[in-house]
Amino acid sequence: MLLLRRALFALALLLAAFPARAQDPFAGLTASGFDDIRRGIEALATAAPPQAAATIAALQSGNLLSGPGGVLVIKQGDTLIDARTGQPAPGMTVGGVTAAGLRPVRVNNAVRRAAEAAMGSLTLFSPDTATRRKAAEAVFKSRDPASLEPLARAIAAEKIPSIRAEMEEARAALLLAIPATPEPEKLAAVATLRERGDLDARALLANLKDQPAAVARAAADAVTHIERMEQLWAVAQGIFYGLSLGSVLLLAAAGLAITFGVMGVINMAHGEMVMIGAYTTFVIQDIIRTSAPGLFDYSLFLAVPAAFIVSGGLGIAIERGLIRFLYGRPLETLLATWGLSLVLQQAVRSIFGPTNREVGTPSWMSGAAEWGHLTITWNRFTIIIFAMMVLAALMATLRYTSLGLRMRAVTQNRRMAASMGIRTPWIDALTFGLGSGVAGMAGVALSQIDNVSPNLGQSYIIDSFLVVVFGGVGNLWGTLVSALTLGIVNKFLEPLAGAVLGKIVVLVLVILFIQRKPRGMFPIKGRAVEA
Amino acid sequence: MNRTATLICLVLVLGGALLLAAGNQLAAPGSTFHVPTYVISLVGKYLCYAMLALALDLVWGYAGILSLGHAAFFALGGYAMGMYLMRQIGTRGMYGNAILPDFMVFLNWKELPWYWHGFDNPGFAILMVLLVPGLLALVFGWLAFRSRVSGVYLSIITQALTFALLLAFFRNDMGFGGNNGLTDFKDIFGYRLQADSTRAALLIASAVFLCLMLLVARFIVTSRFGKVLIAVRDTEARTRFLGYRPERYKLFVFVVSAIMAGIGGALYVPQVGIINPSEFSPANSIEAVIWVAVGGRGTLVGAILGAILVNGGKTYFTGALPEIWLFALGALFILVTLFLPHGVLGLFRRREKALPTKPTQGTATEPAE
Repeated sequence: MLLLRRALFALALLLAAFPARAQDPFAGLTASGFDDIRRGIEALATAAPPQAAATIAALQSGNLLSGPGGVLVIKQGDTLIDARTGQPAPGMTVGGVTAAGLRPVRVNNAVRRAAEAAMGSLTLFSPDTATRRKAAEAVFKSRDPASLEPLARAIAAEKIPSIRAEMEEARAALLLAIPATPEPEKLAAVATLRERGDLDARALLANLKDQPAAVARAAADAVTHIERMEQLWAVAQGIFYGLSLGSVLLLAAAGLAITFGVMGVINMAHGEMVMIGAYTTFVIQDIIRTSAPGLFDYSLFLAVPAAFIVSGGLGIAIERGLIRFLYGRPLETLLATWGLSLVLQQAVRSIFGPTNREVGTPSWMSGAAEWGHLTITWNRFTIIIFAMMVLAALMATLRYTSLGLRMRAVTQNRRMAASMGIRTPWIDALTFGLGSGVAGMAGVALSQIDNVSPNLGQSYIIDSFLVVVFGGVGNLWGTLVSALTLGIVNKFLEPLAGAVLGKIVVLVLVILFIQRKPRGMFPIKGRAVEA
Repeated sequence: MNRTATLICLVLVLGGALLLAAGNQLAAPGSTFHVPTYVISLVGKYLCYAMLALALDLVWGYAGILSLGHAAFFALGGYAMGMYLMRQIGTRGMYGNAILPDFMVFLNWKELPWYWHGFDNPGFAILMVLLVPGLLALVFGWLAFRSRVSGVYLSIITQALTFALLLAFFRNDMGFGGNNGLTDFKDIFGYRLQADSTRAALLIASAVFLCLMLLVARFIVTSRFGKVLIAVRDTEARTRFLGYRPERYKLFVFVVSAIMAGIGGALYVPQVGIINPSEFSPANSIEAVIWVAVGGRGTLVGAILGAILVNGGKTYFTGALPEIWLFALGALFILVTLFLPHGVLGLFRRREKALPTKPTQGTATEPAE
């Protein structure tokens, strides 16, 4: 008897609900009671006809109007749109009802909540991929049990694997939030979230309450797993930052590795060569801005050779005018070039003013890429590549060109080289020019990440010398390894000790290292050392 | 000639300081002989710089150690004195805290850090003025000279040392006043710091200490010890082969020099009324080197002369033609190294036996020729 009554009741329900749904999913919204409207929203979201999302959005913004006879209209500015078809209503009448006979659909908090939930699940079916992705994320955050059923349908319908994965994750979060979910499904959900492995998943898993013991255990397990992965990603991010800093150091030190490392000239004005390279970039960009704004994205390609020529030419002039009188007197060279650096700084300050100059970043260098949990900014990435290219070019010049051959001959045995007909003074000047030119190219890169001011060079000069000395004088590979090492060590000390203290620790470590190995990590062996 | 130069220098420094002080204290304001107090402080400042230059000449001129971080010892001595002066402020600070200096109250510190204890005692403070730079020089020099770091390498790591200290003292949680340093001093040894008589006394004290240092430095370089030192400067390897331990000679003179610089800093702080981390900046140390180079390296008297000349020029230029000053200073570096390798004093002693023509030690730091 009871069974029969239940069956009848269910049948009655079906009969009552089914025709309504089949006939008109929008019907509930035309009702006058709040409860009916709320149920109408839920019914609409479940049926999900094409116009459902637009209709509920209109309801949320107060633009959904209803009239007698089940008329439902969206007001859009001055026009009326039939909510069921999405077609504009000609002559401002819908189903024989004019605008005057329409009333806004009534809204209270319960209706609003229902509308929000309905939107969450409806947007899961949006044709726009970005909207679907956002909707999945919204469900993940809200964990509204009502979204479970539409989510399941959305997963079945989804074609793009990455969005489907996100929907699966949202579903897992939902399943864990519903107490009635059977244990095996919860375990699978935990596994899904463990795969997701970001901070949101960790927070969700860590805050699970009232779960069966097996699920709680799996969740705790997943949290530790996620934390470990997070640490690994953090290490990777630290390595990227370290490589970035290291490549900046490498750029600043590469020219010095030639002038100090190969020639043995202590050029304290090296930082000013970098600074002048940065100002060359500024001037080039200024010219492009006024004469050919369309070429702005290519300004750096012009600035690199220009900076090389300007700084390199200046370097040759300095060598001919000053340094050649001081060969064999390193401490005097140090003082004279320091004086020169003061003069250059003041000259730039007089010409361009003491304040920072604005150097723009081309569009292709701005922004960042996400790779896994890694954020890679394009300007830093470009600088890393650029530094490697500069170093490779420098090495190739020294090894494979006739100029490089002569440079090496002069540094190894000056008198022998002169006897072979090499014009050693000219080679000295060119070598110094090459080192200075590389410093100028470094200035182009630094102008993208640092302030272009007359003091730009000074902040790099001590670091550059330490890089060269740490790597072993006269050894470009050593310079590379030492720049990257110092960069990475610096970045890993920063979170432990703070930026300033980290730098101090690095300085002290290098000082101690030089005490132990005065000739750097990769000392040159043989006769040249003692010459 | 060196002896007469030293005598002249002693007389000029002491006599000049006494005359200025008398002009300030005895002559009535408005009279032709009256010396305004700012001149007293200015000259006192020059004399402190001269102490730094003298200390630097002792290591650079006689041991071949081109320290580009000597201002660090100067600043450390200054900070030790500054800490004493801070403790003397007592309740007269802005926050009226009897124990804590203003900046600590501002940072919401509850008690004095351990390294600030004892600095209310002048004796302890003076001891620290000598000990802190001396110990740093001892440790640093021991590490450096033992592993035979010399020439340009030594210069670069001394510069890194002072740069590291600069960064450290900029930090607020180091407890040395951070960026602003220590200032707003009230009195020294019970005398009001703003009083003219205190200023005059500080000037005379600076002159006396400078003369004492000159005598000590001269004693060191003319002794048997000094002869070995010069041998180390000129050919370190040969001196070592003769059975001397160059690192010990260098270490001793480096520590003495650091202490001298520290005393200079300690006398500098009450006269300028502030000490902040910028005193550690590598540029300051290099500027001190140029004082020595201008006056004449390896002459002691020349260092004093150079410090006073260059700083006098700096005071004039930065007041009259501020944008010219860096050009002038830079040109000074270049011209002195190119054309005046023996400095101003070298002009007077052309015919005498001067420094060797290649004044740097001939170790492996020269280019491979």
